[in-house]
Amino acid sequence: MTTNSNPLLETQEVTIKFGGLTAVNNLSIEVNKGEIVALIGPNGAGKTTAFNIITGVYAPTKGKVIYDGKDITGLKPDQITRMGVARTFQNIRLFKKLSVWENIMIACHLRLQSNFAGAALRFPKYRAEEKRMREKVHRLIEEFGLSRYQDDQASSLPYGVQRRLEIARALATEPKLLLLDEPAAGMNPKETEELTHFIREIKDKYDLTVLLIEHHMDLVMEISQRIYVLDFGETIAKGTAEEVQNDPKVIEAYLGVEEGA
Amino acid sequence: MVSDIFINALFIPATADAVSSSSLWQYFANGVSLGSLYALIAIGYTMVYGILRLINFAHGDIFMMAAYFAFFGIAVFHLPWPISFILVIVATALLGITLERVAYRPLRDAPKNSILISAIGASFFLENLATYLFSGKPKAFPEIAFFADTVVIGGVSIQIVTFFIPVVTLIFLAVLLYIVNKTKVGMAMRAVSRDYETAMVMGVDINRVITFTFAIGSALAAVGAIMWGTRYPQVQPMMGVMPGLKCFIAAVVGGIGNIPGAVLGGFILGFGEIMLIALLPSLTGYRDAFAFILLILILLFRPTGILGEKIAEKV
Amino acid sequence: MKKEDKILSIILIAGLFVFIAVADKFFNLYVQRVLNLCAIYTILALSMNLINGFTGLFSLGHAGFMAIGAYMVGIFTVPVEIRPMVYFMKPMHPAIADIEMPFIVALILGGLLSAFIAFLIGAPVLRLRDDYLAIATLGFSEIIRIVITNAQSITNGSLGIKNIPPVANIWWIYITMIISIAFIVLLINSSYGRAFKAIREDEIAAEAMGINLFKHKMMSFMIGAFFAGIGGGLYAALLGTVDPKNFLFVLTYNFLLIIVLGGMGSVSGTIISAYVVTAGQEWLRFLDEPLSIGGIAIPLFRPGFRMVIFSLLLMIIVLFYRDGLMGTREINWEMIKNFGKRFKLRRVKSGEVQ
Ligand SMILES: Nc1ncnc2c1ncn2[C@@H]1O[C@H](COP(=O)(O)OP(=O)(O)OP(=O)(O)O)[C@@H](O)[C@H]1O
Ligand SMILES: [Mg+2]
Repeated sequence: MTTNSNPLLETQEVTIKFGGLTAVNNLSIEVNKGEIVALIGPNGAGKTTAFNIITGVYAPTKGKVIYDGKDITGLKPDQITRMGVARTFQNIRLFKKLSVWENIMIACHLRLQSNFAGAALRFPKYRAEEKRMREKVHRLIEEFGLSRYQDDQASSLPYGVQRRLEIARALATEPKLLLLDEPAAGMNPKETEELTHFIREIKDKYDLTVLLIEHHMDLVMEISQRIYVLDFGETIAKGTAEEVQNDPKVIEAYLGVEEGA
Repeated sequence: MVSDIFINALFIPATADAVSSSSLWQYFANGVSLGSLYALIAIGYTMVYGILRLINFAHGDIFMMAAYFAFFGIAVFHLPWPISFILVIVATALLGITLERVAYRPLRDAPKNSILISAIGASFFLENLATYLFSGKPKAFPEIAFFADTVVIGGVSIQIVTFFIPVVTLIFLAVLLYIVNKTKVGMAMRAVSRDYETAMVMGVDINRVITFTFAIGSALAAVGAIMWGTRYPQVQPMMGVMPGLKCFIAAVVGGIGNIPGAVLGGFILGFGEIMLIALLPSLTGYRDAFAFILLILILLFRPTGILGEKIAEKV
Repeated sequence: MKKEDKILSIILIAGLFVFIAVADKFFNLYVQRVLNLCAIYTILALSMNLINGFTGLFSLGHAGFMAIGAYMVGIFTVPVEIRPMVYFMKPMHPAIADIEMPFIVALILGGLLSAFIAFLIGAPVLRLRDDYLAIATLGFSEIIRIVITNAQSITNGSLGIKNIPPVANIWWIYITMIISIAFIVLLINSSYGRAFKAIREDEIAAEAMGINLFKHKMMSFMIGAFFAGIGGGLYAALLGTVDPKNFLFVLTYNFLLIIVLGGMGSVSGTIISAYVVTAGQEWLRFLDEPLSIGGIAIPLFRPGFRMVIFSLLLMIIVLFYRDGLMGTREINWEMIKNFGKRFKLRRVKSGEVQ
């Protein structure tokens, strides 16, 4: 197990309470640059909540989130995204009524330098920026096999394509760290298999670090270097795929819990 | 010393200070009665919001229509006032139910902005309808001898209705709290307001609950309108707008969805408004602005209102 | 935009100029006035649609922003010599009594002041959820009106300001309208416009895409308020008088009717609908007059009937045609060309049959 002294992402004893419910308790995870790390656990374990804390949707009740050596606890989601953390959502959150092309273009907006007047009056600087954005989006669309859907409304796409679009959109923000919340949800084994390769591919190509939540164990075991297991907000195990698989606490937590096939 | 003068003015009804002390007493009475009226209307907002998460923009106009009903009952059809009051309350409750059927129910699953537009449209429509049917000219609300009689207290003559209003408000509040907390339909109402989906799954008849909510809210607005008319005897199509907005604010101040909160908010608003005029007469022109400033402050510093609970959005 | 479309657009604008010239020379004053009102309402409704339809903020403050622009023009363009006559109840405050501005300066300052007030209002209220935002902006719009009513030495209070030089002729108004539409269209089709739409569609996703919600909401709110101020300034200089009663929030409801009918999120829909509603409200004034046909009085027609119809219209649209005329779509040259082609095709076909 690699323990780098300077992880890209680190949560230090992060705890969050909703009223009486402690959704995440003392969560301390580390993700090193270039790793793929998985966060697993039964339904309601607090995985998505952990993502929401890392990306600034919720401020933790206690604890710190360190990204790239900087304390990002309590920053707003847009600030965190601008620092290089992008995510997808478990219950797909595309801009439903907008086209595929627009969905990805929107994700380029955060890198825009021109102000609104420069943009509205189409100053040369803005024209150049817009051109660059278009090229970038075009590249992503090709790469993600979305060309034939380019002008379609996001909500009209098949489910699997929507998931792919969400990842493309996240990449358009130019992240260093990518958080994927159940990217394979609703996919059959073949699709899952493809997705596994795809995640590896984009990781290498874009020099990403990946933290993912997933219920498909084959995917998790195949691509993640390390795994954290949550149950009722507690971290009950961590380590490599093998270590975790053989941990009695993990087996107990999953006992009787149906895994997504 | 200044403080002496102030204390004298407050507590010693000496002849020299009779004016200031009696007018203070007058202001107090006014504050209580205006606060009660606001409370009655605010309950309608808070109940509907609690269940549908909707600002019933037309509630103020329901109040206005009730005032017209009362005007017609007494001044045009010459019914005895107790009978016409009962008819007014029933008619207004029916109007509220109709409003919900026509303007809100078809849009229950529509985007939130559509429902908001429908609410505004309904309000706009009722105002224009009243202008069309009854003309834009104000009508004089008939004087009811029983309410208009005055009594002299502490050197000030005060209309009986001024005392009547808070008493009536308290009675209706007690009845309402009984219904909400002790009866079956009240329990269903609370369930729906707490968790709409679960209540639906549990087999609560949502439509019935909503109908009932609109009926009660509108009936209370009718009671408010009758008393409003005896107190400020003028009826016109736009009369519901400002009280409507202020009472919504009262509901927010007290904690939207919370019935005692609405009453509390109503009193704070009514009292605050009267006291603003009493203590800073130069600001009288800004009296309508007071409520909105209070709204902004509350939303900024305590968005859940005084008695409200926090609701967080899940991601 | 394709080159061909660009040429078509230029032809359209040129055609519009010819139309204005003709209207200016040959149309009677009443028709001109209706056309002018339509154009002003286009600016106002479109700027409100930028906020409500494109950014998804449910703001009801437009009448207030319009009032600011209108009063700026009213206060500073009335010639200094006749001010004592206008401000006969209470003289104008000495600090501004001698300041007179050319119309264009007052117009732009009115827009800027309106945007500045939007900034002050937006700071607290743009964080609120949609329905609270609606009430809060409505409240502020009323507060603006209340302040105007009470600041007598500046605004002449409830008496209003009369004798505003009516310089806003059809040229002024239409050129301002074209500039406003062009600016808003260009903005909406820029990266900022896409960010606004993202906020409208899903705030949480927009924020996760790195869009600063508050900054972009504020931007849209202030730009919308700026154009509302401009619209108000034109309105004052068209009518020649302003008074606080002109800016009751019922006016905002009217703009709402326009954008709901046209389509929340459609520029072309808003323009069409602004003309239909405004001209409709003018030309349907006969509904408010008692009518008798062949000596029999038709009972429906009497004062107020017109507005009953229009408020009913708002309800009908939102209940049955939620997207209005255009939804979020736009009329573009492609559509017009297709329509033309289809039309031609049909003619040819019918020719064959015969
Ligand atoms: N905003 C919130 N308010 C109150 N409770 C919340 C909120 N968000 C999450 N929770 C609760 O926190 C717990 C953890 O939820 P979370 O969504 O993180 O689970 P999860 O591990 O992602 O589960 P799943 O596999 O089903 O997605 C749940 O009990 C959930 O109901
Ligand atoms: Mg989850």
